[in-house]
Amino acid sequence: MEEKIRVLIAKPGLDGHDRGARVVANSLRDAGMEVIYAGLQQTPQMIVNAAIQEDVDVVALSILSGAHMTIFPRVLQLLHEAGADDVLLTGGGIIGPEEMEELQRMGTGRLFGPGASLSEAAEYIREEVRARRARRGD
Amino acid sequence: MASRTATEDDIPDTEPDLVPSLDDLLLRFDEGSKRAAARLISIVEEGRPEALAILDRLYPRVGGAIRVGVTGPPGAGKSTLADRLVELLVRAGEKPGIVAVDPTSPFTGGALLGDRVRMGPVANHADVFFRSLGSRGSLGGLSLHTAEVADVLDAFGCSWLLLETVGVGQSELDVAQKAHTTLVVLVPESGDGIQAMKAGLMEIADIFVVNKADRAGAEKLLEEIELSIDLKEWLGWRPPVFLTEARGGRGVEELHQALLAHRRWLEEHGMLQQKRRQALESRVRDLVEDVLHRELWQNGTLLQSLRDGLDTIERGEDSPYQLARALVEQGRAALAVRRALERGHPREPKG
Amino acid sequence: MPGSDRSGKRDPKRIVESVETRDADFTTLSGETLDALYTAADLDGFDEKRDLGIPGEFPFTRGPYTNMYRGRLWTMRQFSGFGSARESNERYKYLLEHGGTGLSVAFDMPTLMGLDPDHERAEGEVGRCGVSISSLRDMETLFDGIPLQEISTSMTINGPAAFVWALYVAAAEKQGAPRSKLRGTIQNDILKEYIAQKEFIYPPEPSMRLVVDTIEFATNEMPLFHPVSISGYHIREAGSTAVQELAFTLSDGFAYVEAAIERGLDVDAFAPRLSFFFNAHSDFFEEICKYRAARRIYAQRMRDRYGARSENSWRLRFHTQTAGCSLTAQQPENNIVRVAIQALSGVLGGTQSLHTNSMDETLALPSDKAAKIALRTQQIIAHETGVTNVVDPLAGSYFVEALTNRMQQKAEDYFRQIDAFGGVVPAIEEGFQQREIGRAAYRYQQELEARRKTMVGVTDFIEAEEEVEIPILKIDQSTERECRAVIADVRRSRDNERAEQALRRLRAAARGTENLMPHLLECAHAYVTVGEATDAMQEVFGAYREPAVF
Repeated sequence: MEEKIRVLIAKPGLDGHDRGARVVANSLRDAGMEVIYAGLQQTPQMIVNAAIQEDVDVVALSILSGAHMTIFPRVLQLLHEAGADDVLLTGGGIIGPEEMEELQRMGTGRLFGPGASLSEAAEYIREEVRARRARRGD
Repeated sequence: MASRTATEDDIPDTEPDLVPSLDDLLLRFDEGSKRAAARLISIVEEGRPEALAILDRLYPRVGGAIRVGVTGPPGAGKSTLADRLVELLVRAGEKPGIVAVDPTSPFTGGALLGDRVRMGPVANHADVFFRSLGSRGSLGGLSLHTAEVADVLDAFGCSWLLLETVGVGQSELDVAQKAHTTLVVLVPESGDGIQAMKAGLMEIADIFVVNKADRAGAEKLLEEIELSIDLKEWLGWRPPVFLTEARGGRGVEELHQALLAHRRWLEEHGMLQQKRRQALESRVRDLVEDVLHRELWQNGTLLQSLRDGLDTIERGEDSPYQLARALVEQGRAALAVRRALERGHPREPKG
Repeated sequence: MPGSDRSGKRDPKRIVESVETRDADFTTLSGETLDALYTAADLDGFDEKRDLGIPGEFPFTRGPYTNMYRGRLWTMRQFSGFGSARESNERYKYLLEHGGTGLSVAFDMPTLMGLDPDHERAEGEVGRCGVSISSLRDMETLFDGIPLQEISTSMTINGPAAFVWALYVAAAEKQGAPRSKLRGTIQNDILKEYIAQKEFIYPPEPSMRLVVDTIEFATNEMPLFHPVSISGYHIREAGSTAVQELAFTLSDGFAYVEAAIERGLDVDAFAPRLSFFFNAHSDFFEEICKYRAARRIYAQRMRDRYGARSENSWRLRFHTQTAGCSLTAQQPENNIVRVAIQALSGVLGGTQSLHTNSMDETLALPSDKAAKIALRTQQIIAHETGVTNVVDPLAGSYFVEALTNRMQQKAEDYFRQIDAFGGVVPAIEEGFQQREIGRAAYRYQQELEARRKTMVGVTDFIEAEEEVEIPILKIDQSTERECRAVIADVRRSRDNERAEQALRRLRAAARGTENLMPHLLECAHAYVTVGEATDAMQEVFGAYREPAVF
């Protein structure tokens, strides 16, 4: 049997607009994943602490505050310091194409903008985790 | 979609150079790596083949932690209460581990594990380890491998383990078997619903908590519980009942003291040893049954015979009872053959 | 014969429904099933006098005022504010010089969460989506050269509302304006924060106490100020249905009314100062019926349950904002059309003021051009379409009245469910409203995925090669630096002993039951910061973590 995919969903920043994070949490659960919902007001350090202890395959962040260019790199760095480079970092928000490219160059996975499809996101996560596990030799 | 997907070339190779071997993992676990502990928990939770070897290796260090089962209906405030207890424990220099179980959907296999939302800043304390589990097909309130996950955390050095269940239902026995102390958390509104399950709760509770005690009906529920406790005969430990308001922290210190008192009582009366022995018995029995079960059905022949037998039954030429008897014989014979073969060609011990 | 009953009488509903339809979804945006035709049969038991009445009279279904927009158009109020107090002050002066008579202040996230700009968690968010206000110094700067006695100010603030309001009053008093003359609104609707927007600071009970403190203070000392704007806007943005928006907003309002009555206030003394704030989404008739039902439910309850005797206490007045969540990043010009239709529903529903969103708001703060089009949209509705000529022009429509009735019934079903929890606060603590909204949001998203519902440009009518231009918002570090320098100077130059003492008294008062407004005002005058006042109260009140419901 294939190992369960575990996803941490967190919402960094001070605002409380969690509609998107919650909808995605529901949809990944329905896609058969174990979703650890960390909720609001999460700092990069809190996110990485949770990712480590929960041994997740994926960290998915919802960022609407415009702080994506600081938060994604910070989480990447902390994951790296924790020896968790194999964790897929993805997420969504209002992020321009150039910024998406730049973040992906830094090491994030695919990022999703407004109007993205839920099933597409779930499919992407499934494929990407499968590929990473194969490379890891699981 | 506003995004443009990066090509393969754009994506840097973020893979670690080395896939950590099990030995590496155990080494790092010994050094106190939370990441290693978390990986080991996953392996154990998945029930992967290495799990037994891992647990075997960790076993000598298991046993130090006090295991507290926390059960009660959904919305009783179990997570908030756990959060407050963890705060107290950390302040007292303890290293608490929390294992929180939420239900897995039987249809999709997915689960939404939300207990972290209820945890405050203490969840990020260096001495705290918090792990969420999906119930994954277990009918009890915990997941199938909760006890093993707790063992890993115990060996990791957690001095207290809070095992938080899905909710009251079929979970009572499950928790009581896996914990040294079982905490039953109720709220004033659960008054009526509790009647039906009171007998079951009386069997398992070491401590009762009436949480959200600022609400109407708290005193009444407390009296009802006390009354039920009085109706029963107790050997030594009579479950105390506490009023708490976990949100404001009221009653949590008293609860902490009661947990300690129960622990002392268990130790002084040899009950801890007895509980551990019971847990061991069921653990070993499970392991044996698991292995035999797997071996029995392993090579498919028996399953094929079963299916063929079903045809015979459907044609009215056999009964289920005759078939079962025949399959038992066949299974025994197959196991005997395998044993003989193994004696002839000893296999390398695995793990 | 199709559509005939046994007696041979032809039933128009059945005739219409017997005809084959397109393959499409015929439910409302919120998923309400609709008949193909409405007739008098749908208004069984309808009593025009009782259910509609005269505009401006009980039960106000037809509007809060007698001749509505013939008397006075709605207020076209656009929300703004950004950067430091100094930068916003320049903007406000510009707006006032160009004919504006009221200001609407948007605060940045740290201020909304009660954090000072030099707090670790404020990093990167200072002055980003509103103005940063941390002490009386900032409030003085924000309104420097603006006579507060003469303008009306609306402040969108909730968690730290009581203290920010105290800063405003203190700034006015330093200008020499008596507090009794000040006009304006603070949003101060904490219940919808727990339900939807999730920007709360303390647990619900002490938060309710603070709201009642402000209502009491306004009633006694600031009769021209609206101490709370009960908001459904954010509930809808969080993904609720129209009925949920209606029911949860009104039940929040009633919770404030009950709490104020419990405090010993006379309902007719404070109720006229309550106002509402609704969303205008895209399902045209559903929205119009929502506003009409809201007025009728409110009037009936205020009179019959809370014993209000003054017409002013029965009259629900509301502000409307078009639905931000309906806008699309794809083909953003389409948003102009959406906003126009949504705004029209607000007007036909009888709104008292209106904010129209700019077409580019899903992507960034609005550009000047987009903001201007948004305002022009309102002017076109007001001055070109003719809808302002007639009061409640849709009344008596079988469909409109039937849907208004249905929304009232469904809202009242929700009231009963909330009552069963023991009220709004216990229901929130159990996650009831949050769960209902979360499920509605997820259901809607699934319907979009399954193409049962359509978003033009997103699920259908997509432009294949569309490159969405997202203007990159330049983060101006200078704002953050400026705000930090100001607060450092405030902490240095103020009378620290006075500030400490004010905080000590605030903490002591928070432990008791007295009204905290006088203490917050003393803190304001003593240049205590938003973060310091918030922390002091949090020491007593504690923090709140939401229940985990999905």
